[in-house]
Amino acid sequence: MGKLLEVKNLEVSFQTYGGEVQAVRGVSFYLNKGETLAIVGESGSGKSVTSQTIMRLIPTPPGKIKNGQILFDGEDLVKKTDKEMEQIRGRDIGMIFQDPMTSLNPTMKVGHQIMEVIMKHQKLPKSAAKERAIELLRLVGIPMPEKRVNQYPHEFSGGMRQRAMIAIALASNPKLLIADEPTTALDVTIQAQILELMKDIQKKTGTAIIFITHDLGVVANVADRVAVMYAGKIVEMGTVDEIFYDPRHPYTWGLLASMPSLDSDDKAELASIPGSPPDLTNPPKGDAFAPRNPYAMKIDFEMEPPLFQISDTHYAATWLLHPDAPKVEPPEAVKRRLRKLSTNYPQPIIVRESE
Amino acid sequence: MQQIPKEMFQPAVANVGEAEKLSKPSLSFWKDVSIRFRKNKLAMFGLILLILLVFMAIFGPYMTKYDYATNDLMNTNQPPSSKHWFGTDELGRDIFTRTWYGARISLFIGLAAALIDLVIGVLWGGIAGYRGGKTDEIMMRIADILYGVPYLLLVIILMVILGQGLGTMILAMTITGWVNMARIVRGQVLQLKNQEYVLAARTLGASTSRIMFKHLIPNAMGSILVTMTLTIPNAIFTEAFLSYLGLGVPQPLASWGTMASEGVQALQYYPWRLFFPATFICLTMFAFNVVGDGLRDALDPRLRK
Amino acid sequence: MLRYISKRLLYMLMSLFLIVTVTFFLMRAAPGGPFSSEKQVPPEIEKNLNEYYGLDRPWYIQYFDYLVSIAKWDFGPSFKYKGQTVNDLINEGFPVSFFLGMESLLIAISIGVLLGIIAALNHNKWQDYAAMVFAVLGISVPSFIMASILQYFLAIKLGWFPVARWESLQHTVLPALALAAMPMAFIARLTRSSMLEVLGNDYIRTAKAKGLSQGQITVKHAIRNAILPVVTYLGPLSAQILTGSFVIEKIFGIPGLGSHFVTSITNRDYTTIMGVTVFYSILLLLSVLLVDIAYGFIDPRIKLAGGKKGE
Ligand SMILES: Nc1ncnc2c1ncn2[C@@H]1O[C@H](COP(=O)(O)OP(=O)(O)O)[C@@H](O)[C@H]1O
Ligand SMILES: [Mg+2]
Repeated sequence: MGKLLEVKNLEVSFQTYGGEVQAVRGVSFYLNKGETLAIVGESGSGKSVTSQTIMRLIPTPPGKIKNGQILFDGEDLVKKTDKEMEQIRGRDIGMIFQDPMTSLNPTMKVGHQIMEVIMKHQKLPKSAAKERAIELLRLVGIPMPEKRVNQYPHEFSGGMRQRAMIAIALASNPKLLIADEPTTALDVTIQAQILELMKDIQKKTGTAIIFITHDLGVVANVADRVAVMYAGKIVEMGTVDEIFYDPRHPYTWGLLASMPSLDSDDKAELASIPGSPPDLTNPPKGDAFAPRNPYAMKIDFEMEPPLFQISDTHYAATWLLHPDAPKVEPPEAVKRRLRKLSTNYPQPIIVRESE
Repeated sequence: MQQIPKEMFQPAVANVGEAEKLSKPSLSFWKDVSIRFRKNKLAMFGLILLILLVFMAIFGPYMTKYDYATNDLMNTNQPPSSKHWFGTDELGRDIFTRTWYGARISLFIGLAAALIDLVIGVLWGGIAGYRGGKTDEIMMRIADILYGVPYLLLVIILMVILGQGLGTMILAMTITGWVNMARIVRGQVLQLKNQEYVLAARTLGASTSRIMFKHLIPNAMGSILVTMTLTIPNAIFTEAFLSYLGLGVPQPLASWGTMASEGVQALQYYPWRLFFPATFICLTMFAFNVVGDGLRDALDPRLRK
Repeated sequence: MLRYISKRLLYMLMSLFLIVTVTFFLMRAAPGGPFSSEKQVPPEIEKNLNEYYGLDRPWYIQYFDYLVSIAKWDFGPSFKYKGQTVNDLINEGFPVSFFLGMESLLIAISIGVLLGIIAALNHNKWQDYAAMVFAVLGISVPSFIMASILQYFLAIKLGWFPVARWESLQHTVLPALALAAMPMAFIARLTRSSMLEVLGNDYIRTAKAKGLSQGQITVKHAIRNAILPVVTYLGPLSAQILTGSFVIEKIFGIPGLGSHFVTSITNRDYTTIMGVTVFYSILLLLSVLLVDIAYGFIDPRIKLAGGKKGE
């Protein structure tokens, strides 16, 4: 299995009135062909900025890629010119955004908005593009697509608009589909339908997916691997099983403990993580999560934790994995699910020293 | 592996209070607005200009030994000189004195119109928006009908019939002028009135007028201010327009509008008679417009971060 | 849509009714006006007035008759000139004013929109600043000053254009420009801010994510949406052009309805003022209505929303 995408040490900042917002602070991950990676984290953790940087969609200025590489099919997207990126956007990488209500042009027919991509990248004539648009609408489960192509977005419901967005993103059979919180703005029942649709489409087309969400609950269903983001960094990354049954970072514990579906029988324990994420114009010294971390140690306020590798696929950046750290018990809700995974190394090993 | 002293792995008490402290301190809204406004160089320039203009309107007429109304038929249409800094008009009156005297009248008309619009508009729009239902329906229907009446035509008719004068001019300008303010205030109040703090105040039993003046109006202040800064130049403009039609303030009173419209007639031979009042009208327009724009940008919540 | 239009029509009629009523009763109250006993007019005019207004009748009959006359498109006689009616004045002057107005409307919209788009696409660059300085100047100069200055420099000093009068297309350029200056500045500012707002919208990001170039995005997605507020502005714009024409026609000696109106104001020709005001009001209210309907066709959201309700 080859790597489709490899992001290396990506740093993105925004220049604002209040100073430089370090939205993404050294993010590295990879994605195999046909695989689904979920990126999870509270709002403001830098998920959207990361994904939009891959597409080079962040506005510059105020945004700036300060460092890092984005290797897509072996080519570094950071170095591409705008003209070169136009050939990649929509053709090799498709993207779906959070709010289907605002993501479609209100004064252009939905069909036309799909046809635009097809005509741009496949150079099909108008009539053929329209045929294809109808076919795509059918693929994403919109009834009566022949009629729907000629309608405007306001004639579509929220869920249908998101389906139309998916059709746009899939129009040129991209190798990678980035879905930035595609279900957050939708009703719960519609959410499930859209998730099903995305899984279904992946089966049919074999596209790789980066699935961004702030809700761990939906992840188990769709993803192969999970990356947990906090304050512009990936704090833990592993397969779905590793994140759900053997989480190591206290932030992941917090997210798992506040997941309603996990312990629906035991509502009393359901607690969101107290406090709020740090201000990224002045990221705190040490571990950014330390002030909200009930397990924090003195070192957490002094030095950034190193990155530990727990298995071939499982990484976590927390001082709790240091051999000198005291053994701590994760919260009840998490502890109950813990399993011994046979793939783990005997000892976590440091793969990146603390700075 | 780095060597780290063992005691560093002692638990540290993390309290949420500390986490909050680490977050960016939130500036109060108006402080935020004023910071953003002051960063806008053009708007600041406009503000300084306005302050200077007001200063001159107050003290300018006393800076010369001339009176704004006294004719001096020996010295008519004099070009600017050390005696008459801005020259004289066809009756030999000192244009410098008249310009600043006219500034008082023009600015007074602008301010008075804006204030009257403000009072009526805030009351009308505030009550309509706050009461809602039938009251709102009826009040806004009336406002809609008034809004449809062509503004300048009505002003002209009123001025023709009621006769020229400062009072009639202000009356004519405000008779439908307040509708715009009322619509804006109503929109703001509708938006704000269902917000939590207002609901809370209401459940705590605060009276209607208290909620209006303590909660709703201060929060709608931004849009009200912007509308006002744009009403004032509009009124000054209307005054100039009416003066050109011969419906301005009666002689020997001076306003920038009457001076400029007399200046236009004399443009070929005595250009300074147009130059000075015209320049100050334009500067005032410019200043109010950039200040209004600057305020609006500074208040725009979308830029707020 | 139908319901929407009929609702607008109703408001329009009510506004019109209001202005007709107000002018009528103000005129009745005017000292030295057509209804006052101490007016000084030649017997011939007195006869005309009596015929039209029925001066010896009770006020409610007068009022009702007046409404009927207006509905029949009869605006009454002049208070100053024998044998001249307001309708004559309108028939003679309005075509000229209409031509001038359309010409400046065209200039204002085309140049204004262009400037606004250029400014927005080059946000915070010199093109933006240049366009906006130009626009702020445009809205800072009253039209009669602007017109006098243009006339003084471009016609009298440089001789590029005829100084005044209404004879050839050449003669129309300067007045049309002077009349267009302020609306153009407004449109440029409006287009710019609307374009900036549109460019910040999510669907522009979507268009970019499809791989469209900046040019394609601007033409196909941004401009159409950015132009919508400009269309709604066309109502107030026609009012601006109309009132501007009073001054401009006077300065350039153009025999349009505007300069006749100004003359009637100077002469205190009450009945002409009244009649022309009513005519102008009808004109403005109609143009606002037209703009509203046009907007319904341009913005698909309104057309369909109204359509569902309307049937
Ligand atoms: N255009 C921008 N200007 C300034 N700051 C921005 C901008 N876009 C995002 N940010 C900041 O970057 C951080 C990460 O945002 P984002 O990636 O949207 O978070 P999320 O994980 O919710 O998607 C936030 O602190 C946000 O305020
Ligand atoms: Mg996001």
